[in-house]
Amino acid sequence: MQIPAPFDYVRATTVEDALELLARHGPESRIIAGGHSLLPMMKLRLSRPEWLIDINDLFELDFILRDGEDLRIGALTRHTTLLESDEVHRLFPIVRDAELVIADPVVRNRGTIGGSLCQADPAEDLSTVCAVLGAIAVVRGPGGERTLSMHDFHRGPYQTAVGPDELLCEVRLPIRARSASAYEKVERRVGDWAVGAAGASVTLAEDGSIADAAVGLTALGLDHTVEEAAGLLRGKRPSEELFADAGRLAAEACDPVADQRGPVDYKRHLADELTRRVLRRACARAAGHPDQPATPTQEG
Amino acid sequence: MTVIHERESNPAAGDADRPIGYGRIQRKEDPRFVRGKGHYLDDIVLPGMLHGAVLRAPVAHARLVSIDTTNALAHPKVHAVITGKDLEGLKLAWAPTLSADVQAVLVTDKVRFQGQEVAFVVAEDRYAARDALELIDVEYDVLPPLVDARRALDADAPLIRDEMEGRTDNRIFDWEMGDAAETDAVFAGADVVVSQEMVYPRVHPAPMETCGAVADFDPVDGKLTLYETTQAPHAHRTLFAIVAGIPEHKIRIVSPDIGGGFGNKVGIYPGYILAVVGSIVTGRPVKWMEDRSENLMSTSFARDYIMQGEIAATKDGKILALRTNVLADHGAFNATAQPTKNPAGFFSIFTGSYDLQAAHCKVTGVYTNKAPGGVAYACSFRVTEAVYLVERMVDVLARKLEMDPAELRLKNFIKPEQFPYANKTGWVYDSGNYEAAMRRSMELAGYEELRREQQEKRAKGELMGIGLSFFTEVVGAGPRKHFDIVGLGMADGAELRVHPTGKAVVRLSVQSQGQGHETTFAQIVAEELGIPPENIDVVHGDTDQTPFGLGTYGSRSTPVSGGAVALVARKVREKAKLIAAAMLETRPEDLEWEKGRWFVKGDPTAGKTIEDIAMAAHGTLTLPEGVDGNLDAEVTYDPPNLTFPFGAYICVVDVDPGTGRVLVRRFIAVDDCGTRINPMIIEGQVHGGLTDGVGMALMEIIEFDADGNNLGGSFMDYLIPTAMEVPDWETGFTVTPSPHHPIGAKGIGESATVGSPPAIVNAVVDALAPFGVTHMDMPCTPARVWAAMQGRATPPI
Amino acid sequence: MQISMTVNGNEVTSDIEPRVLLVHYIREVLGLTGTHWGCDTSNCGTCVVLLDGQPVKSCTVLAAMAAGHDVRTVEGLASGTTLDPVQQGFMEEHGLQCGFCTPGMMLTARALLDKNPHPDEQEIRQAISGQICRCTGYATIVRSVQWAAAHPAAGAGLGEADEVLDGTDTVVEDVATETEDSEVKA
Repeated sequence: MQIPAPFDYVRATTVEDALELLARHGPESRIIAGGHSLLPMMKLRLSRPEWLIDINDLFELDFILRDGEDLRIGALTRHTTLLESDEVHRLFPIVRDAELVIADPVVRNRGTIGGSLCQADPAEDLSTVCAVLGAIAVVRGPGGERTLSMHDFHRGPYQTAVGPDELLCEVRLPIRARSASAYEKVERRVGDWAVGAAGASVTLAEDGSIADAAVGLTALGLDHTVEEAAGLLRGKRPSEELFADAGRLAAEACDPVADQRGPVDYKRHLADELTRRVLRRACARAAGHPDQPATPTQEG
Repeated sequence: MTVIHERESNPAAGDADRPIGYGRIQRKEDPRFVRGKGHYLDDIVLPGMLHGAVLRAPVAHARLVSIDTTNALAHPKVHAVITGKDLEGLKLAWAPTLSADVQAVLVTDKVRFQGQEVAFVVAEDRYAARDALELIDVEYDVLPPLVDARRALDADAPLIRDEMEGRTDNRIFDWEMGDAAETDAVFAGADVVVSQEMVYPRVHPAPMETCGAVADFDPVDGKLTLYETTQAPHAHRTLFAIVAGIPEHKIRIVSPDIGGGFGNKVGIYPGYILAVVGSIVTGRPVKWMEDRSENLMSTSFARDYIMQGEIAATKDGKILALRTNVLADHGAFNATAQPTKNPAGFFSIFTGSYDLQAAHCKVTGVYTNKAPGGVAYACSFRVTEAVYLVERMVDVLARKLEMDPAELRLKNFIKPEQFPYANKTGWVYDSGNYEAAMRRSMELAGYEELRREQQEKRAKGELMGIGLSFFTEVVGAGPRKHFDIVGLGMADGAELRVHPTGKAVVRLSVQSQGQGHETTFAQIVAEELGIPPENIDVVHGDTDQTPFGLGTYGSRSTPVSGGAVALVARKVREKAKLIAAAMLETRPEDLEWEKGRWFVKGDPTAGKTIEDIAMAAHGTLTLPEGVDGNLDAEVTYDPPNLTFPFGAYICVVDVDPGTGRVLVRRFIAVDDCGTRINPMIIEGQVHGGLTDGVGMALMEIIEFDADGNNLGGSFMDYLIPTAMEVPDWETGFTVTPSPHHPIGAKGIGESATVGSPPAIVNAVVDALAPFGVTHMDMPCTPARVWAAMQGRATPPI
Repeated sequence: MQISMTVNGNEVTSDIEPRVLLVHYIREVLGLTGTHWGCDTSNCGTCVVLLDGQPVKSCTVLAAMAAGHDVRTVEGLASGTTLDPVQQGFMEEHGLQCGFCTPGMMLTARALLDKNPHPDEQEIRQAISGQICRCTGYATIVRSVQWAAAHPAAGAGLGEADEVLDGTDTVVEDVATETEDSEVKA
C-alpha cells in the first residue's frame, strides 16, 4: 500500500492557533481537514509537506447560519452536512444537486467545502457552485480578515488567492428573492471526476424575466463564469431558444482538453447541453415549478 | 415413493428449508467473514517477518543503464536490496511462464513495460521498505515504445524481445482452427455476407484484494512455506520446484482466504519469487503485498483482442458460416495461463450456439510494451472474446437482414436432438436446449412488450435499446490427454474421510476465492452420503493437506473437483455397503441405498445409517475380506469431456440523447448450468458476472498513451461499477444436466461474465439505431456513445 | 507521537509515527484485521470504519486524526455471540462472496440503518456507492440490508450482551417497536 513520506503533525485548537502554526512552520506546512485530496497526493509522494496542521478540531469553522441577507458556511462544513441541509437546499438547490454527485457518500462524510475550494481542482464542483452563486470567501491571515469574490479567490487550476500563511474560514452566499439554481454533471461512473458539468443561478424579475443570471462550467477549461451567457440572459424571458443561445455561448467560451473522459468536441457539446439543462431547471425552480424528471440518469 | 413419505422415513434427507444435499443453504464460510475473521494474505504475521517492496519501471521501453543501491542499503531499516544482477547469479533473473515463454523476474537488460519489476527492497516494516525505494538510483536509456498491436508486425516496429536469439519480429504465434477452404467456399456461395471489426479492449480482473505472498524459508530443513494469493496452489508448488530448484516435497504452498481472484491469481508473479528470494537471503519470513497500482499495471490483464469477424447467411436468415482474424496483444512476455495446446485458449468456440456449415479462425499473437497476461477476468480461457464476436456478428447480421435478433437466433440454434453436437472447430457440445432458455428469458423480459415500448419511445425521440446475447460456455478442463498446463494434466484429486462418529472431512486441490467451496462441496458429499453439510469440513488451499489438482479457474471447480467429490463419496458409499452388509449379516447385493443409509431390500426397518457404519468401520466389527478399517477413499477425476453451460441474456438500456449516458434499466439472465447444487450461490455467481459485464461494456479499460504510459493504473482511472450503475438483476434458469458428468453439473462461475457484455453492447447499438449506428466498441462511455451518435465512433485502441 | 482513541468501546493508547494511516493502525498495531484495504486512493471502500458513528475510509485518515475519537470496526459489530442484524442479513441473503469488501459494506449499512431504519432500495444503493464489491453485483447486498431493516431484533435475546453494544442505544430502543411490526408482517 502506498504510504506518505514522513512529516510532523500538530492539531490546531483555534483559528488563531492555526494561523500561528502556519506562520511558525512556514511554507512547508499544509492545512489538513478532510484530507481526501491531500493524503492521496502525499501517498503518491507528489506532495511532501514537512508539517500537517490538522484543523478538524476547529468547531468554530463548522457551521451553517443565516445572517441577514447571507448564508454563512464555515470552511470545515462537511459535504454531507451541506447535502443534508434542507435550508441550504431551499435557498440554493444547486448545492444539493452538486453534493449528490461529489465523490461518494463516505468521502462526503470527511471532505469539507473549504478543502474543496482550496484544492481548486479544475474538476471540482463546489468552485463552480460558489462562482455562480456569487459567493464571498472569507480568508484570515496574520494581517486579519479579508473577503474575496470567487473571481478573485480562484487563480486557476490548483491555485487560489489564499496565501501560505492564511486560512479560508468561511463562504458567504448572498440570498436573493425569486432566485434558484441548478447543477448537472456528466461522469463516467458515480464517484468519478466530472467529464463536464455546468451550474446556473438565476434571479427572476417580478414580470418573470431574468433579472440576473450566472453560468459556470466544471472541468471544461474555464476558471470563471461564462460572462457572455450572463449578459445574454439578463432582461430576457426564459425560453428554450434563450437557453440554446446561452448554451452556444458557453460552448464557445469553454476551452476543454481531451483526456480519457472525452475528446474536446464532446466536452464542448456538454458545455452547451448542460448549460441549457441547468438554466431550464433553475428558471423553472425560480418560478416555483417542481423539478421535472430529468432525462435518464443513474441517480434516477 | 412420495416426497412426504421420504421425509418421514428418512430425516437424513432434510427438507426444502434445510436440505441435506442440494438446495439453498447459508454458506458455511460466512460466520467468519461477517465477523471480520477471514484470514487473508495480508493478515498473516510471522515472527521476525520482514516486508518487501518492488521498485518498478517508470517507462514502457528502456535500456537499463545502471542501478545504484548504495543509499537504499544504508537505510537503517533495510535488510537487503535485490537487483536483476543478483538474480542472475542465482539463475533466477528469468522464470518460465505458463505459456512456454520466459519472463524477467527483475529487469537485467531492458524494461519492457511500464511498471515492470526493477529491484526488490526488504526492510523492517512496510513503511521503511517504501521509503527505501526512493533511495535507489536507476538510469534508463529510453527506447521508443510499442503499444499499438496493429503496428507490432510492421517492419520498423521496435523489437520487444531482442534478448531471444534469432528473433527479428514481435510475432508470438499464428494459430488456426476450422477448415479455411471449406469456410471460404460456403462464404462464396452465400446470399449475404457481413463483416465487422471489433475490439475487446484490455481490461483487468482487479480483485478487491491485491496479490501478495509471505515466504518463509527454513534454512535448517530446507523447507519453504509460501503463503500466496493463488487460485492454483498445487500447480504453483510444482512450478516453484522447477523455478527455484527446491525439491517439491520441501515446498508447502498455503493459499489462505482469497479476496477475489477472477483469474488474476493464477500466474506466478515476480513478486512471489522475490519474496522467496528475500526470505532465503535474509533468513527471515518476508511479506510482499502489492498496492493497487502495481496490481493494475503489472499483473495479469485480460482480453486485448482485435477481431475481424465475417458472417455468411442465406437471405432468409439461415446462418451458414463464420470466420475471423484476430490480432492478440499478449504484452511483453507470453504469460497467458491456459492449456498448453491452446495458445488462444478456447477462442475456437466462437461458433457459439448455432448450427453452422463451416467456420474458421486465425489468431496471431504479438508482443507489445505492455504488461503480460491475457487470460483472466472470468474469461473461461477466452470464451468471453469468442462469445462477444459471435453475438455481435449475429446482431450485425440481424440488422442487415432487418430481422428481429431473437428470431434470427431462434432460427439458427443447435436443436436439442442434435446433441452431442460436434461443431466445426473440434468441440463436442455435451448437451443443450437453447430454444427453451431463449424463450424463458423472452418471457421473463416481456420481450414483445419491450419492443412495443421501444417503438413508442423512438417516436418521441427517446433512445431505448434492447440487447440479446445467447452464449455457450466451454468449461471444466479437462480431459487430461487434451489439456495440461506446463505438462500437468488437468485432472483433480479428492480425499474423503468419514470419522468414527459419522462426521467427515473432504480435501480438495481447488481453492475458493469467494465461490463458496466450503459449502458447495460439503453439499455434494451430503447429497451422496446423507451426512448434513455442517458435519462435513472442506479442507483446501494447503498443498500439505490436500491431494494434487490444477486449481480454480476456467469455471472448473464444480465440473472437475465437483466430479471428484461425487465419485469419492460414491466410493465411500460402496465401501459402506460392504460394511453394512457385514453388520446386517447379509449380502451387499441385497442392500438398497437411500440418502444416509443402507437397508435390506424389502425390509426398510433393517438398515444401517452412515453414522452406524462409520463407527463399525473403525470399531471391532470383523470386516469383510479386503476392506480396511476406515471409511475413507480417494480418487482423481479425469473428465471425459468438457461441460457446456449456456444462457440467454436480455438487456434493456436507456441512452440520454443529449449526453450519451447509458443507463442499464433491466437485465434478464437465464442460465443453464446443469444440475444446481446451491441456487443461492449460483445466483450470486451470476450477479457478479453480470456486473463484470456492465463494467466492461460501459467503463472498464486499460489504455495506454503513445509514450507507453498506462492510463488505468489506479481506481481513480480504472472504473468498476458501483451499486448505482447496475440494476436489480432478474434471473431465471433451465436445467439440462451434463450427460457425462457424475452429477450432471456444468459450472457457473464465469457464464455471466462471458455472456453479458455482448447483450449490453447490443442494447446500446440497438438504442442508437435511429442514428444509423451498427456497431460501437466497448467501453460505451458517455463520450464514446456520443461520438457514435455523430457517426464518429473510433476503436479504443 | 502518542495517541489515544476508543476502538470498539476500548480505550487504546499507542506511540506511532504521525504518518501512520488509520487502516494500518487498526490492522497492524491493534491487530484488528477485519478492516481491509483495496486501493490507495479512497475509491474502493474496503477500509471503511465508523468514526464517531460515520463511515469513513480509513486509508485516507491518519491515525493521529482519529485520536480522541470513537472508532468502530467490524469486530465491534457483534456483541459477544450476538450478531448485528446486518451481519445476519448478509448471511441470510448471500450479501458476500469473497468477504473482502464485507466489513466495510456492513459498517456503512449499520450507519445507514441507525440514521434511516427503513431505507428504500435506492437509498441503500446510494449509501454503499462509495464502496466496490467485485463479487456480488450488489443486489444481494441490498437485500441483506433490507433483511436487517426488517429484522432489527435479529440476533438479540442475550439481554446482557445488548448493553455492551456501543453507540447503538437508539437501535436497541427501536428493537421493541420494530419487532412487533415485523411479526405482523410475518
